[in-house]
Amino acid sequence: MSKARLMQGNEACAEGAIAAGVNFFAGYPITPSTEIAESMAKLLPKKDGTFLQMEDEIASFGAVLGASLAGAKAMDATSGPGFSLKQELIGYGACAEIPCVLVDVQRVGPSTGQPTAPSQGDIMQVRWGTHGDHPVIALSPWSVRETFDLTVRAVNYSERFRTPVILLMDEMVGHLRERVELPESVEVYPRRRPHESRAEGYEPYRPASDGVPDTADFGQGYHIHVTGLIHDGTGFPAGSPTVTRDDIRRLHKKIERVGEEIIHVEESFLEDARFAVVAMGGTARTAYEAVREARKEGIPVGLLRLITVWPFADAALLRLAERVDSILVAELSYGQLVREVDRAVHGKARVELCGKYDMTSLTPAEILANIRKLAGRDA
Amino acid sequence: MKKELRFSGSGGQGVITAAVLLGEAAALEGREVCQSQSYGPEARGGAAKAEVILSDETIYHPHVEHPDFVLAMTQKAADKYYKDLSPEGLLLLDEELVPNPPNFSNTRRIPITKLAIEQVGKPLFANIVALGAIVRLTGLVSLDTVKDCVAKRVPPHTVEANEKALRIGYEAAK
Amino acid sequence: MMERSYEKYFREGRLPHIWCPGCGNGLAMKAIVMAIEEKGLPQDETVIVSGIGCSSRASGYMDFDTLHTAHGRAIPFATGIKLANPRLHVIVITGDGDCTAIGGNHFIHGCRRNVDLTVIMFNNEIYGMTGGQGSPTTPLDRLTTTAPYGTSVRPFDACHIAMAAGATYVGRSTAYHVRHLAKLIGEGIDNKGFSFIEAYVQCPTAYGRKNRLGSGADMMKHMRDSAVMLSAWEKLPADKRQGKFPIGCFLKREVEDFNTSYEELVDRAGGVR
Repeated sequence: MSKARLMQGNEACAEGAIAAGVNFFAGYPITPSTEIAESMAKLLPKKDGTFLQMEDEIASFGAVLGASLAGAKAMDATSGPGFSLKQELIGYGACAEIPCVLVDVQRVGPSTGQPTAPSQGDIMQVRWGTHGDHPVIALSPWSVRETFDLTVRAVNYSERFRTPVILLMDEMVGHLRERVELPESVEVYPRRRPHESRAEGYEPYRPASDGVPDTADFGQGYHIHVTGLIHDGTGFPAGSPTVTRDDIRRLHKKIERVGEEIIHVEESFLEDARFAVVAMGGTARTAYEAVREARKEGIPVGLLRLITVWPFADAALLRLAERVDSILVAELSYGQLVREVDRAVHGKARVELCGKYDMTSLTPAEILANIRKLAGRDA
Repeated sequence: MKKELRFSGSGGQGVITAAVLLGEAAALEGREVCQSQSYGPEARGGAAKAEVILSDETIYHPHVEHPDFVLAMTQKAADKYYKDLSPEGLLLLDEELVPNPPNFSNTRRIPITKLAIEQVGKPLFANIVALGAIVRLTGLVSLDTVKDCVAKRVPPHTVEANEKALRIGYEAAK
Repeated sequence: MMERSYEKYFREGRLPHIWCPGCGNGLAMKAIVMAIEEKGLPQDETVIVSGIGCSSRASGYMDFDTLHTAHGRAIPFATGIKLANPRLHVIVITGDGDCTAIGGNHFIHGCRRNVDLTVIMFNNEIYGMTGGQGSPTTPLDRLTTTAPYGTSVRPFDACHIAMAAGATYVGRSTAYHVRHLAKLIGEGIDNKGFSFIEAYVQCPTAYGRKNRLGSGADMMKHMRDSAVMLSAWEKLPADKRQGKFPIGCFLKREVEDFNTSYEELVDRAGGVR
């Protein structure tokens, strides 16, 4: 019998989390992410895991950070308004280097906005919402199956780099049901472990050769101290300028040093393209269809889809800009992704926006019309 | 083959469930499926719209553009959602709840909710009556597959009533 | 010699502490390790979680796995720790601002949820670390840097909140009554559920000085003279209660803790532990 079944994006996120070893979920209900919490509430008790509904968005992410420090693989899911509230503790997780995954199923904002309608307006808040300097990893799926895969990847990256990783979904994908077949098993990155004893001078925040510390879990006898204050290798607060500079720089370098390895993009119809559409998440599906139609009309256009949104695909965008004349950025906002694309291309290609923020997704016809304009083929 | 279907009505009528069930059946039969919905904040009342796209190939844009089929369970839904039907498409209306059918050539009227009340006992079953009719009118999935999907999704003590609703809808669409 | 036995619970290399001369936080911290020793909690399986503020610096001085969280968030972090690894004994150190202002919602839901945590709130009636701003427990008509004409909003009674919100052990003592405080903390550790102990501590620097309450020692004398054991307090006529406050165990109730309830939920779900 085929294992194919109809599954919602949010459900696939929960399935991916379980497959990747997530055994702790704390959340607070918010549309359009709630089905993730509901699925975890159903699945976790059966799988030796803990599901917890907390009193608010801040508390749920606090519980996730605590659970991770105690050895759990932990996840939380929310939407834009909840994400705003969690910013404080996202910064904490980055500073104290606590592995965990936070899912943001975007909806229309600002404020309560349009709770059930699709948007991609959180691109900048997931990158820059916290105070201070720290890098962010954010992945954005375009299908139900890819939601499963990227949830697994997000969990693995969070463990490898010891940092909160954002799964940046949108309502289009979160609420979409598709026919999927899920893999029997997935590759799981294990929790990092100390390689020294206390007597041997173990320091919980001293970086390993890849720049990431092998911090012990609570309860392993290491008596570690974890704080959101800037700290040195011992984990204790240090007031010195050198320690501060080194700590902040290391947070960045541990991710920068792997370069494009974690920056995933997908190219379609780009071999001979003179024009390109750049899109992510659900909007990339619409863009794909528009590009395919444009090709039928003889317009040499291709699609660059961002799978890793942060760190931004600077190099891929620059390479693209060197090949094409103009780039159309299709996104469900007043224009956020377009600013980043414009920055990355260093003036080597013209960058235009095809944005929408009216509760509906873009249509292939709308993007196609913009492609025609880009190619100088206005009717 | 690519078919676009839209089920519309008001919140609580179960149009989303009906769309999910159709999508599940098509997925089991090996088709590519995209099912999506839009709804207001109300759990009951308000507008509800669900869409299903079935295809033999990968589906990219997941939302319906020119439906081949529209189900409307309220007058408001009928007036709003029939307009972009493809010319060869089919409009299915709840005969009682849509007293003024829109001016569309290929329209089928079935007293869906009335059948649910009179023959299954509750208006709650209207969506499954509609689903039965849709299975017959569109011929996209087999009745047996849909029956299996319904049995898996509904509470055990309602399986019999739901199967009856499905059959009644199917018969009414003769 | 007894005193020496506590040394192993402190990180000598992290001392001296940052608290001002005359501060009561050190006494409350000592009461916690007295209770830990008395109850024989294994050092490797005990976690100290704190929020932000003067009180919450205590975690850094204590030789356990320790977590200095964000302002007001100690209880959510502690909840995650206890549920992810129920073997761990989790003790929360918080302050009056941390617990009842910014962390107020977490506090009341912590009481309701009844996870097996022991929460000790150091109540110095002021925001000490930021230099003496009014907190939700600052009494009426006191001077603070944000109430230069006197406080005009009634203070919270954190023990009343804990009792009303469903905590399963609630008590209060002071930095003057260290052994009594340690006894209450020990009872809180024994209680399998959410225990809340309020520890009155003096802040001569940011609160005492501004309100002419004297030195740290003077403030402790005031605690000695105005704290009344609950049994005596209950017999005290209303007019004699003026200027005094009760200490002791205010509430102890048998309610299944979260982890036990969750294990039952797992059974109902057909899961395995």
